[in-house]
Amino acid sequence: MTTTDVSTNWEPVIGLEVHVELATATKLFCGCRNEFGAEPNTNVCPVCLGLPGSLPVLNEKAVELALRLGEALQFTMPPQSIFHRKNYFYPDMPKNFQTSQYDEPICLAGEIEVDGVRVRITRAHLEEDTGKSMHVGGGGGRIHGADHSLVDYNRAGVPLLEIVSEPDIFSAEQARAYVTELRATLLALGVSDVKMEEGSMRVDANVSVRRVGTSKLGTRTEIKNMNSIRSVQRAIEYEIERQAERLEDGERIVQETRHWNEAEGLTRSMRSKEEAFDYRYFPEPDLVPVVPTDELRARVRATMPELPLAKRARLVSEWAISEHDARVLLDVPGLTDYVDAAVGALTDGTPRDVVNWASGEVLAHLNDSGGTIADVALAPDALAELVGLVAKGTINRGQAKEVLAESLRSGDRPAAVVAARGLEQESDTDALGAAIDAVLEANADAVVEYRAGDDAVKKKKRGFLMGQATRALQGRANGSVLAQLLDERLG
Amino acid sequence: MTTSPSASAIAAAVRGGDTRAIDVLEEHLARIAGREAEIHAFNTVLEDDARATADAIDAAVAEGRDPGPLAGVPVALKDNLCTRGVATTCSSRILEGWKPPYDATVVERLRAAGAVIVGKTNLDEFAMGSSTENSAFGPTRNPHDPTRVPGGSSGGSAASVAAGFASLALGSDTGGSIRQPAALCGVVGAKPTYGTVSRYGLIAFASSLDQIGPFATSVDDAALLLETIWGHDPCDSTSIAQPTPSLRATLDGGVDGLRVGIVEELTDVDGIAPEVREAVEAAALALEKEGATVDRVSLPSSEYGLSAYYLIAPAEASSNLARYDGVRYGLRVDAPDVATMNASTRDAGFGAEVKRRIMLGTYALSAGYYDAYYAQAQRVRTLIVRDFARAYERFDVLLSPTSPTVAFEFGAKTSDPLAMYLSDVCTIPSNLSGHPAISVPWGTGASGLPIGAQVLAPALAEPLMFRVARAIEVAAS
Amino acid sequence: MADGEARISRAEVEHAAQLARLALTDDEVEQLTVDLAKILDHAALVSALDTTDVPPTSHPIELTNVLRPDVPRPGLDRTEVLAEAPVAEDFRFRVPRILGEEP
Ligand SMILES: [Mg+2]
Ligand SMILES: [Zn+2]
Repeated sequence: MTTTDVSTNWEPVIGLEVHVELATATKLFCGCRNEFGAEPNTNVCPVCLGLPGSLPVLNEKAVELALRLGEALQFTMPPQSIFHRKNYFYPDMPKNFQTSQYDEPICLAGEIEVDGVRVRITRAHLEEDTGKSMHVGGGGGRIHGADHSLVDYNRAGVPLLEIVSEPDIFSAEQARAYVTELRATLLALGVSDVKMEEGSMRVDANVSVRRVGTSKLGTRTEIKNMNSIRSVQRAIEYEIERQAERLEDGERIVQETRHWNEAEGLTRSMRSKEEAFDYRYFPEPDLVPVVPTDELRARVRATMPELPLAKRARLVSEWAISEHDARVLLDVPGLTDYVDAAVGALTDGTPRDVVNWASGEVLAHLNDSGGTIADVALAPDALAELVGLVAKGTINRGQAKEVLAESLRSGDRPAAVVAARGLEQESDTDALGAAIDAVLEANADAVVEYRAGDDAVKKKKRGFLMGQATRALQGRANGSVLAQLLDERLG
Repeated sequence: MTTSPSASAIAAAVRGGDTRAIDVLEEHLARIAGREAEIHAFNTVLEDDARATADAIDAAVAEGRDPGPLAGVPVALKDNLCTRGVATTCSSRILEGWKPPYDATVVERLRAAGAVIVGKTNLDEFAMGSSTENSAFGPTRNPHDPTRVPGGSSGGSAASVAAGFASLALGSDTGGSIRQPAALCGVVGAKPTYGTVSRYGLIAFASSLDQIGPFATSVDDAALLLETIWGHDPCDSTSIAQPTPSLRATLDGGVDGLRVGIVEELTDVDGIAPEVREAVEAAALALEKEGATVDRVSLPSSEYGLSAYYLIAPAEASSNLARYDGVRYGLRVDAPDVATMNASTRDAGFGAEVKRRIMLGTYALSAGYYDAYYAQAQRVRTLIVRDFARAYERFDVLLSPTSPTVAFEFGAKTSDPLAMYLSDVCTIPSNLSGHPAISVPWGTGASGLPIGAQVLAPALAEPLMFRVARAIEVAAS
Repeated sequence: MADGEARISRAEVEHAAQLARLALTDDEVEQLTVDLAKILDHAALVSALDTTDVPPTSHPIELTNVLRPDVPRPGLDRTEVLAEAPVAEDFRFRVPRILGEEP
């Protein structure tokens, strides 16, 4: 069996369930802080601990954030939505039921455009998160083989929005693109900080395959535990392959939950024993219906930001940058605004230059320092200044890198760094000419080979001589002037 | 029987500096010392805390400050109301020793009003029962006849007021758990309109039915206590923003011109003891003499009330009681894995009636049965609400027995759950509709045991309901 | 359902006990099978009613949009919370091993 057989015979059908933690200050039903990484069991109260006698009261911000997504993705917002109790026992769930939405969710039937293809979204509903268990005594903190578990309820009751797509996704690559686009949209809307590594965005995939040319859906498996967008793609690729191979071998697919193991690169069945789940949903008697008012919906609409799809298109045309560059910018919270401010302050150079520096050096600095764009010491107009220095020929690109590194570190203006370090590049033709002459003299055989050689040899030898000259000038030469003088001499 | 002086008289005397709160308290503690061993009204008596509160109230009065409308009044709390740092058990092994880290909203209001909390009263475990025999800590006895039950589930609260252990008490009423024990113990007990009194800190039995309400020896005192605990609470989403009615101001307004309907299905049916029916007739006659018009009224769907209730309440309870799992508080029975630990803890911690209702509710909500049982019961609830609406087009208030019988003997109904459930047949419809209802003593039966008449009123018609109750009380005395 | 036929089977009682996390003894299962059948017989009154076009009532009062501002409020002291735990370790609630994954 080869991969080709599998992929030509079988078509995958994928639906995605995305849970995001909402960017609220407090939990869904109580005033405890919604924050990541606090000391265990410090953000708890009678409500989120499920203490006897406590009652939930819905966070209005959570409703507003759900409606923001609803507006952005053209959901139908039903006139009324209600909460249900989903009943099952699990130690990280303080009440042993999850307050969630069932047949009357806050958002119904939306859609999102992913690389020019529309993916329908069945629903988006509000629900509370569970606490977190630490498994002790097993290998690598895993639940299996653990001796006991320790539960922290800080996360219990954190507001989640569960976004369920239709099975409209037909490849692992498209699944990755869907998650990427949804993530960018949620970020732009301020609905969530969508950090997969911190668990504020979690993706489960329902994957099935069917014989090419048939329309009936095959038996699906649910894949969990994918901790990055890359692992979403890898896990789904693996699972498609696995199912297709099973079917090619005449086996059948078991409907089950499988966990993605990132290290081993495979999915594994999580069934421990046959436990029947019957969630016994019923309307939550301690909460009342949510009826989004016209006023609230108008407020949400009035504060709608530009969505990533439109914004990317605009940046590509306004700044003459690539779609890829636009995606890189939008992927980092605040980076586009930063670039926008820098572009506004530009005197020489192009927006594209700004974008190159921002998505290169500035982003690398952010990744190294672990900070956010707000922590960057370099003001946007200082980046514009740096671009100007390069465009005017005051410094070359190599020098600019050095200057930018210093400015990012210290916050000093690029012009000041250039002055302090005496970095202005050499453009004087006499000085540059003299240096070139010395190089040509010292490398006379290279000149000979250049003159005798074909285009490839010419290119190679010219590059060698250019490098020698640059080095002789300690990297301070104006590259284009230097190249012009060299070419004149080589004839 | 020795009962406490009226709460309003105590508060007036304490506020005026004529009586000391500590002296009032000591009288009550003396009565507790005299008879509590026999009655067992309390799970916990808070002598020390109560003395400290009483002293603080006396100090406040001495300094010229007003401790509030319940200054120095000894109040008993059903042991399903959370009290900060004080064991709150629901009369269940599963919560034995648990000390809540917070006060219920009603408890906060009582403290702010200057009440002196004397203890936590016994109940049927998790308020499931009609006799207080389902308490894990032993039954409460009826102060009128210790061989008989006080009713339930708030039997301890009813008995504490009847025995003069407390001047006032709070209970909770899910299917009659305030009114039925009030009737059986010969005191006044009221269930206000759903949403008027915060449920925050009331340990849930059935969330859409539970309401907190007062016990007192008089209608006036019951009104005083209800006025104190009434009011919107941002911590309870089902709490309604309704200004506190001045129940006491209109109490003696009389019933002249009021239209009173005797509910046929709750009065003229088998199972209602003749002496109880006669008492209700007599109360109606008394109202008629005061200028009310009385007629029979039919609530045809109310005959389904009991069945609907015994699907809805257990369903909600099965979910509300899922949190008792041995993980965060209360009892734990050790086991090698968490699911077995949960199941063993719950089997050991819950009594038979609680398990029965959890099982019934779990079944009624389970796949394949939800529509036939739970959803159908919620539709019947709508029918009952409609019946009431129709009745209130013709009548201002309704009248019925509170309990089908006077207090029964221990063990009389414990072997047959349905027989016990029938104790609530007259009180359940108001819980399903959310409307207020009050039980007022009307004489005694052949055995000398108290009988209660129940006055039912439309939503938020408490002022009217208390006025009628007061007229019955006056006529009865 | 035919007369005389039990309204709930022993297996259904056992299944409900599993959902409700109750480790019932055989005697308890036996007794509950009898009790629940009786109660459900009574409930059959309700199931048999024609309620076409009757909407369910899940709240006795009609309220909507009871919302809380997104403002943090102080919670509970961890020491106090953990003092109530049957077993605590490392500032967390300790439980015996968990056999199944969260559904
Ligand atoms: Mg979910
Ligand atoms: Zn909380």
